[in-house]
Amino acid sequence: MSILGTRVVRTEDPRLLTAGGTYVDDLRLPELSDAARVTFVRSPMAHAKITGMDTDAARQAPGVLAVLTVRDMDDLTPPPPPDPDAEIIEGAPMPIGGLWSEPLLAVDRVRYVGEPVAMVITSDSYQGEDAAELVSVDYEPLPAVIGIGTALRTDTLLFPDTESNVPVTSGEATDDAIFDGCDAVAEATIVNQRLAPMPMEGRAAAARFEDGKLTYWASTQNAQISRFILAGVLGMDPGTIRVITPDVGGGFGAKVGIDRDAILVAWAARKTGRALRWVETRSENLVGMTHGRAQEQTVKIGGTSDGRVLAYRLDVVQDTGAYPRMSGFLPFLTKLMAVGPYDIANVQTKSRVVVTNTTPISAYRGAGRPEATAAVERAMDLFAAEIGLDPGEVRRKNLIPSDKFPYTTPTGATYDTGDYVTALDKALEGAGYAELRAEQQRRRERGDVLQLGIGLSSYVEITAADAAAGETARLAVHGDGTATVYTGSSAHGQGHHTAWAMLVQSELGIPMADVTVIHGDTDLIPEGIGTYGSRSLQLGGVAVHKAALDVKEQARKVAADMLEAAETDLELDADSGTWQVRGDPGTRRGWAEVATHAGEDGLVAYVQFSGGGATFPFGSHVAVVEVDTETGKVRLIRHVTVDDAGTVVNPVLAEGQRHGGIAQGVAQALLEEMIYDADGNPLTGTLADYAAITADVLPSFELVQSETPTDINPLGVKGIGEAGTIGATPAVQNAVVDAVSHLGVRHIDMPTTPSRVWAAIDDATQNGEAR
Amino acid sequence: MKVTIKVNGNPVAAEVADRTLLVHFVREVANLTATNVGCDSTSCGACTVLLDGRSVKSCTVLAAQADGCEVTTVEGLADGSGEMHPVQTAFHAEHGLQCGFCTPGMVMAAVSLLDENPSPTEEEVRTALEGNLCRCTGYHNIVRAVLAAAPATSERRSA
Repeated sequence: MSILGTRVVRTEDPRLLTAGGTYVDDLRLPELSDAARVTFVRSPMAHAKITGMDTDAARQAPGVLAVLTVRDMDDLTPPPPPDPDAEIIEGAPMPIGGLWSEPLLAVDRVRYVGEPVAMVITSDSYQGEDAAELVSVDYEPLPAVIGIGTALRTDTLLFPDTESNVPVTSGEATDDAIFDGCDAVAEATIVNQRLAPMPMEGRAAAARFEDGKLTYWASTQNAQISRFILAGVLGMDPGTIRVITPDVGGGFGAKVGIDRDAILVAWAARKTGRALRWVETRSENLVGMTHGRAQEQTVKIGGTSDGRVLAYRLDVVQDTGAYPRMSGFLPFLTKLMAVGPYDIANVQTKSRVVVTNTTPISAYRGAGRPEATAAVERAMDLFAAEIGLDPGEVRRKNLIPSDKFPYTTPTGATYDTGDYVTALDKALEGAGYAELRAEQQRRRERGDVLQLGIGLSSYVEITAADAAAGETARLAVHGDGTATVYTGSSAHGQGHHTAWAMLVQSELGIPMADVTVIHGDTDLIPEGIGTYGSRSLQLGGVAVHKAALDVKEQARKVAADMLEAAETDLELDADSGTWQVRGDPGTRRGWAEVATHAGEDGLVAYVQFSGGGATFPFGSHVAVVEVDTETGKVRLIRHVTVDDAGTVVNPVLAEGQRHGGIAQGVAQALLEEMIYDADGNPLTGTLADYAAITADVLPSFELVQSETPTDINPLGVKGIGEAGTIGATPAVQNAVVDAVSHLGVRHIDMPTTPSRVWAAIDDATQNGEAR
Repeated sequence: MKVTIKVNGNPVAAEVADRTLLVHFVREVANLTATNVGCDSTSCGACTVLLDGRSVKSCTVLAAQADGCEVTTVEGLADGSGEMHPVQTAFHAEHGLQCGFCTPGMVMAAVSLLDENPSPTEEEVRTALEGNLCRCTGYHNIVRAVLAAAPATSERRSA
């Protein structure tokens, strides 16, 4: 029986549990034995001109080996002059550059609190903190542009050579004609607030430059992309750079590639000729690592009085922070997935990207899709409330029927496979929806202080959106019968090593314990993409699967030669990992014998798998909350989910991905928000202020299983990494609104903090009637 | 100043700066790197160790305060034969970790919890671990692991 689909605990864990992982700060390598520490001097101002800098005092402080500023960057080729006519590609997740370029160290202007201004290099980290305080920078304050509304209205430009604070505009002119013929229409402005990705390990890098070669360790999701970035910035041949990813303490999209800070560590190592290590503090992380979400959305939805949605409009404004690092990619994905799982005939979308004096925005678990789902799921509830129908019933009426796949949406996404109605029904059944509504009704009739809210969310998301970029795997079976997998994919908690070993065991019968998986070393794996967008299993995993098939066919030839039989008569027993001539157990040969017979070339397969396209996981979530109507306090008491990501290779890992994502989704709905004051000072710049979600505010989650394989790849798998944030967030938000909807509340922005919930109740009840 | 701390049973003596934090003593002087630093405001619990048997956040204890004390980190949790502590075993069996960064601190917090409350309810586990952040697991499997570890942890203590 194949091991695939069975519950296998992780091979990674014993080491992590007994010795701890080896993160960048833990590396005790000879190459880093004399590594000095990098400490960044960061801007305390949101927007200012730099009029002077004095580093003398810092240079003389104890332990200081060097202080570096932009004036030391004479070894880097300046970028070509900006071309104002250069075309901006909205959907390319890369910096726009040109007039909107982001420097490595601030040149003559800072644009967000936390922007790197100078580097202090010291023998130890305590000295670094002290010396960084001694770097004196003269700032001439400029008005801070904070918030989307300000960015659109103000005369203050972040980039004075541009004409506005809006680098990217896209989409059609809005035309209200699409709502003609609707019995009911609902509109809302929705804030999808700024979040800190906050992996438990912040950003970190170490570098050593010696004999023209750079060795670089980084906490990143993508070793090969990081090497590409370093080669470009440093003007080096990629072949002279080795990037290694040791253990990575979480990424969540914010560790795709490497940031300017981490690039600077490599530059400084070359500049000073010293091995260097940089490990950011949490306070640096909360302003220096990219943030996520940060959209304002205007939605309009209309349909018939019996619940059929006819038209939907989504207008997105993306706050991209101080530098447009992702072009228009995030709102591009939001618009692509605007209609979610619904069959809606008339759809309009448009978007703008604005710059503000805040930390740059980039991917965070879901990256544009949670925002799309939040918008359409709120819209569905607003529409249901408008016509007075049950939100479950309205969703069921509009979900794309299972006989319509593949289904191309009005925004141009082609959904591969799905059974959305079944997912909704399973979630409602799992939650006991009818009984929940009955209990809600009883509490309403009694006028209980603790009201019950039931929130639904049906979603579809896009994974491996860049399937064409593919992923690599090299599989070698050795003379002792063990195997090594070299994967271009990258692990930071997902369990790649376990899953990839399962794929090899399943196909070849080599026990997992004999399969070593290696990732994140560009000397060993020069070609690869790494991990983001829930791409690993369906690209990297399928590459491993195909490499195993390739090795199997090579081995068949070798075994045929060994046993002097026809290749077609050879068979592999994948349970025991033995070859034999069909029907002749006396001819049995194990992998060690076959691999040894294969000789020097051995059994090696290299696969670069480019998928047939993106896949579209889907599901439904039901959240149940209690809201204290006197204080506005919300408690999530149940969360039931159906998350269908095709065939499941290891339920343990898939459930783990769902759990983590759900918690982050709940966190956005209830708690977390990165807040700036009007001058651009971060008010949530430490973990004492940023409301990261904790164990005591969460229930255990109720997961309902569902597997609808895709036909896009041979394993039938889709991505599961981002389902939780996409599905859970609007379900919880909808539940909070639902709990107080009988009081006339129609919308509460996230996070639904007690003060917001209380204010919404107060507003609605003082108005005396439902709005 | 001179500090001597018994870390996982081994006395470690060193001359350190007065302001040296216990977590840095453990990581840089004792060279035990499992214990991680996850924040700078005593909020995340990644640095949790046992100080004379009680859990502390070692980023908020000076090495000098621990002079003459015993510190246990996750590296010192397995018994003499190398067999994992029941809490470690349960974290493995229940998939109570993903990236592993919070894990050493989380495990030590769980050990301390079960020492104080040998058979906690789910709610008690959740409340007790409220000072330890995990960004990967949503706490679901961590809570299951701690509940699963409780009986064997009690047995181990009474053995």
